[in-house]
Amino acid sequence: MNNEIVIKTDKLTKKFGDFTAVDEISFEVYKGEIFGFLGANGAGKTTAMKMLIGISKPTSGAASISGFDVYKQTEQIKKNIGYMSQKFSLYEDLTIMENIELFGGIYGLSYVEIKARGKNLIDKLNLQNESDKLVESLPLGWKQKLAFGLAILHNPQIVFLDEPTSGVDPITRRQFWDMIYEASHKGITVFVTTHYMDEAEYCNRICILVDGEIKALDSPEGLKRKLEAKSIDEVFVMLARSAKRTE
Amino acid sequence: MNAVEIKNIVKKYSKKKSSVTAVNNISFTVEEGELFGLLGPDGAGKSTIFRILTTLLLPDSGSATVLNYDIIKDWKEIRNIVGYMPGRFSLYQDLTVEENLEFFATVFNTTIQENYELVADIYKQLEPFKHRRAGKLSGGMKQKLALSCALIHKPKILFLDEPTTGVDPVSRKEFWEMLIRLKKQGISILVSTPYMDEANLCDRVALMQSGRILEIDTPQNIVNRFEKNLLAVRSGNMFNLLNDLRSIPQIESCFAFGDNHHVVIDETDFNSEDLKKYLISNGHSDISISSIEPTIEDCFMQLMKK
Repeated sequence: MNNEIVIKTDKLTKKFGDFTAVDEISFEVYKGEIFGFLGANGAGKTTAMKMLIGISKPTSGAASISGFDVYKQTEQIKKNIGYMSQKFSLYEDLTIMENIELFGGIYGLSYVEIKARGKNLIDKLNLQNESDKLVESLPLGWKQKLAFGLAILHNPQIVFLDEPTSGVDPITRRQFWDMIYEASHKGITVFVTTHYMDEAEYCNRICILVDGEIKALDSPEGLKRKLEAKSIDEVFVMLARSAKRTE
Repeated sequence: MNAVEIKNIVKKYSKKKSSVTAVNNISFTVEEGELFGLLGPDGAGKSTIFRILTTLLLPDSGSATVLNYDIIKDWKEIRNIVGYMPGRFSLYQDLTVEENLEFFATVFNTTIQENYELVADIYKQLEPFKHRRAGKLSGGMKQKLALSCALIHKPKILFLDEPTTGVDPVSRKEFWEMLIRLKKQGISILVSTPYMDEANLCDRVALMQSGRILEIDTPQNIVNRFEKNLLAVRSGNMFNLLNDLRSIPQIESCFAFGDNHHVVIDETDFNSEDLKKYLISNGHSDISISSIEPTIEDCFMQLMKK
């Protein structure tokens, strides 16, 4: 991890009518950092993330992703990031290899690159015997590992992961985090949301959103020390219980 | 009388050439008044068991009863006495909160007023929004409404399929507090979850993986049966620590567990002082090693390896 800033927001805000979903959030994320983005349901995580990946226009404030502006340069942002969500990550009715070709093609990789990186990914995940099988036949844990591999196939600067491990078994969940560590070591910045508080401990820094505002931003150790809590779970409960928003 | 009895249930799903055994010869019993948890990841077979018990799906073989009613012969009776909250939100999105609750009460020939006491605790939190359409509610609110609708006909047994999946830790805790209050009123509850930490809130749990039960008992007994030594290890560089620990032959497995790594050791004469020296020689600092009690998640991972 170094001091190069890859995500920077300044009073970033999103309103829906009278309702302020994201309220003047300002933070910076560094190159190669694993940045955990936590919050209760309805705290504004998804809305904030949508602005950062260039698919929702902020109401006010500023943000840049890999140096690109979230108002004007959304196409460049999309090319320079990877994104994976829990709900949709792969095409179920395509084979593993076809998914690799599709994602590689969308991100403008050459045929030779797609073949080489695809083979690497398949070898790494031990999917050699499955590469011609439909994705729908894979267990969820494998799908999520494959989806992560695809999200970083084009070597993006930043990868955004939205609850990537929900419903995944405990061993696969940890293998998934092994992949996150590896990506971070290669210099890819990882921006991740999760409801598993043990996973929050694996992040370099975490940011806790309450009612659309940043209530805490520090390393897991720093937060625990500050709030005299034994675990991030405790930290989260202390901060999130103060939420006024019921919606 | 048992709340649920399942004997040798098998259910396969076929699709074109391939077939998946979702539930592979599963048997267990839930006692009356018990809060029983099915713990496991996606694909464990939890939802299939719920669908079979709520008479929405027929098993390929095996038998099951709900409060002595047979799931095949007595499906009508079963539907009257169970409350079911499916994994996917399945209330009417375009009806308001109040209309949904009224609908479910009416279908079961009762009224909101008649059983209000049972849901009051939960429904009170929803009342400020009772004229809002269900589709416009937040995740936590939807769950409270779904639970209210599953309770409004005063069921004898509740089937809750992953009620806390995707729910933040604070709302999860609140949901479990509600379940424990319902249990005190004598309702039997069968609940499934992928969150291993919720096991400790159940009377008994079945740990499930790929259609099979790995273990079934009280959380304490499962933890007591953990055969190996378990250490929690920490150092200044957690990423290198993981790889360094995994390269030690006496260490059976090592996984990240929050701010520690949990290390499973096969040998009883393992010396943690030697381990500390080894880690120091590998450049680690701020090392902490302590022997710990396993959690249900440790047990689950150990059983998965068998």
